[in-house]
Amino acid sequence: MARWGLRGTALLYLGLMIVLPTVVVVARGFGSGVSAFRDALTTPGAQEAIVLTVVLAAVTALINVVFGTELAYVLVRYRFPGRRLLSTIVDIPFAIPTLVTGVMLRALYGPISPVGAFLGQHGIQVIFAQLGILLALLFVTLPLVVRAVQPVLLELDETEEEAARVLGASRWLTFRRVVFPKLRPGIVAGGLLAFARALGEFGAVVIVSGNIIGKTLTAPVLITQLINGGKPEDAAAVATLLFGLSFVLVLVTERLLATGRKETS
Amino acid sequence: MSTPIRVEGLSKRFGEFEAVKGVTFTAEAGSITALLGPSGSGKSTVLRVIAGLDAPTSGRIWMGDEEQTFKTVQERRVGFVFQHYSLFRHMNVAQNIAFGLSVRKVPKHDQRKRVDELLELVQLSGFRDRYPDQLSGGQRQRVALARALAPRPEVLLLDEPFGALDARVRQDLRRWLDDLHRELGVTSLLVTHDQDEALELANRVVVMHEGSIEQVGSPNEIYNDPATAFVAGFVGSASVLHGHVVEGHVQFGEHRVGGAGHLEEGTEARAFVRPHDVRVFAGDRTGGSLEATVERITTLGWLSRVMLRLPDGQVLTAELPNDELEGVELGARVWVDLRRARAFQARDAVTAAIVADG
Amino acid sequence: MSTELRTPRLSGSARRLLVHGGFTAIAILYVAVLVVAPLIGIAWAALRGGLSTWTATLSQPDVVHAYVLTGIITAITVVVSSVLGVVVALVVARDRFPGRSLMSAFVDLPLAVSPVIVGVMAVLLFGRGGWFEPWFSARGIQILFALPSMVLVTMFICIPFVIREVVPVLQELGVSEEEAASTLGASSWQTFLRVTLKNIRWGLLYGIALTTARAIGEIGAVLIVSGSITGKTETATLYILRAFDQNHDASGYVVALTLALVSIALLVGIEVFKRREERKLRT
Repeated sequence: MARWGLRGTALLYLGLMIVLPTVVVVARGFGSGVSAFRDALTTPGAQEAIVLTVVLAAVTALINVVFGTELAYVLVRYRFPGRRLLSTIVDIPFAIPTLVTGVMLRALYGPISPVGAFLGQHGIQVIFAQLGILLALLFVTLPLVVRAVQPVLLELDETEEEAARVLGASRWLTFRRVVFPKLRPGIVAGGLLAFARALGEFGAVVIVSGNIIGKTLTAPVLITQLINGGKPEDAAAVATLLFGLSFVLVLVTERLLATGRKETS
Repeated sequence: MSTPIRVEGLSKRFGEFEAVKGVTFTAEAGSITALLGPSGSGKSTVLRVIAGLDAPTSGRIWMGDEEQTFKTVQERRVGFVFQHYSLFRHMNVAQNIAFGLSVRKVPKHDQRKRVDELLELVQLSGFRDRYPDQLSGGQRQRVALARALAPRPEVLLLDEPFGALDARVRQDLRRWLDDLHRELGVTSLLVTHDQDEALELANRVVVMHEGSIEQVGSPNEIYNDPATAFVAGFVGSASVLHGHVVEGHVQFGEHRVGGAGHLEEGTEARAFVRPHDVRVFAGDRTGGSLEATVERITTLGWLSRVMLRLPDGQVLTAELPNDELEGVELGARVWVDLRRARAFQARDAVTAAIVADG
Repeated sequence: MSTELRTPRLSGSARRLLVHGGFTAIAILYVAVLVVAPLIGIAWAALRGGLSTWTATLSQPDVVHAYVLTGIITAITVVVSSVLGVVVALVVARDRFPGRSLMSAFVDLPLAVSPVIVGVMAVLLFGRGGWFEPWFSARGIQILFALPSMVLVTMFICIPFVIREVVPVLQELGVSEEEAASTLGASSWQTFLRVTLKNIRWGLLYGIALTTARAIGEIGAVLIVSGSITGKTETATLYILRAFDQNHDASGYVVALTLALVSIALLVGIEVFKRREERKLRT
């Protein structure tokens, strides 16, 4: 009896809070027909915004995959004073409100800050430029990659690496041929998570980018502008596109994580 | 106070897989009955169904005169001991033991009394405030037993209770459970794959294989009088000899061994012989009608296991005390007598042979 | 460790130490520039105005209201997310029925979706021309531009945190303790309260901490559904956005720093939880 009550509540939650909103976005997005959908995507700035968002998200994912994996490796395999502190700092972006992230970057690189002024003199524009958006996205997605790779590293059986070294393999070779293949699903999953997250990031970007159409306007910010500007259909169209991408990414990542788990068990 | 358990036509299916196929038996009041079988035989499933943790696909269960088949777990008054203890990790020993009592709203004072009683019974009186992760495996299992006994259940069900313990601890606990049962007299059902355990502890043994009952009997009966090839192979060790039925004997090569009177003439049969029922005549001693060559001798403490090769190529294992090994040497020719062979039809014996050899 | 002074090439272990040191340095440097520097930046920006800026900002009625509203939304979200989250977690982790893995994928969906899209979903459901709008406006119930929608979108975003923390704990625990409790006569409810809940305690608290941090920081979805009506539907984060829009940067920095401090305090609390749990698992 209790089982059906629980099951019912869970299904109700899913139905009302997840499936229903999903359906409404897609329905309204395509509601006026596919051509209207395409028209909405050609609103001034829409195409540039979408391209910019995807490109920046991809670059973010790539950079953080490299550094995030490196960080995870350092945190798991090395011992040094301050290791615990480093681990906590890596988690900070998880806890900080995204808007506050943007504010922090503005404080550090904005016109009033000495750092911002210094960089400005050398022609490097951070605030109201794509570089600022990139820094914001890197900040926000770093823990995603590290936390995706760390557990895989922790579960690794070091005896395999030891066996390789006894057989004469150098440390680099051991890493490349024994460790890395095992890490790959975790790394890819982390990268995809970072990509998905970066695609949808709003708070950190809106304060830092200046939202300049065609230059620093991202898709999420565009959507809010469209809705607040009384164009919910157009907003729905762009939202559907973004949503579709995210949904696919979720499925792929789930599948990858599941395979990764199976391989290490 | 003790209650008999009766199970009739119990079946349990998981999707396509039939774990239990029409099991019927009775456990007498106050006895220990062992459900013995290899993994996958369905014995744990039977126990769980009796407890009410799983619902049967068909069949009925009684405890005493009351039918239990449709009662919930909570309504059946069973004590259950799990293989991996399943102690409540966030409660201390006293709270674990008292759980069944506090759930039934027994007044605190009485709870405390009963807990102390049980702690003494399981010899863990100083351990009230310890937590499960501070106890050894054997101690945890004793707490689990105390916990199961606290609400005075009608029946005690034990699912491979010593399976997770070291051999030494297992033996100690086995003896201890024996004493405990003598003292309490609660009808107990013990699931195990360890035949020594079943033979030592139980009043009656139910041997199970692939969901069905192979034999029900006293430990003596199933050991000395196996009813099926499986029981012959599974309980105790045995050599398996292949042959044909000729005039009530199993004939292999030039030799024949008795005990096949119940089998059809000319059919293929297998004879099961226990190692200590193989008498070896070597050196000066005469006797024995079957010729064999000694292929290997393994000394195990006070006895030795001798592997003998028969003229037709089959293998026979004999167990002899070390002081009877005169003349038994590698490569020597000896004479062998087989007492008490049990014969079964060949097709029934195939799986059993695998079990016996493995 | 042998390091001969005159050898031009480093010995194996010294070389390894250098590599380790190098990697560690890279890691530390990256984190310092990316994460620590901005933190220092905001501390500097918020503190340079001195005490007067702080008192001026924090005494504004708008600001006070914003904090209170954030607090209310967070509190409601935490309570509902915990209850609903545990229920769904129990079903996902324990129940076996066809379509369960599909359910599991759907449960994670809010985590991957931009909060802005969540806001759009709410508008399409409750806004003008929305599917549910007629039903609610007929009864005079205001969803959008009012508290209900803000709570709803925050809940949508936060419940998965609880579920994702509780499910693995439930899966690792298995059902054996619950089965033991049932053989001892405990009803489902008693078993849940006295056994299950106690065992998932840390996972649940961790999920609640994550939910709290996330709810406090929510901006994308609430921006869309709230209308940012000053003094009525403006949360702390929405205030910050308005402050920078209207060039009151100083106040923006102050409020932002307070939120950052609260979040970091929560994070430290989470770390303490985690360490306690690690100690408990070392059985």
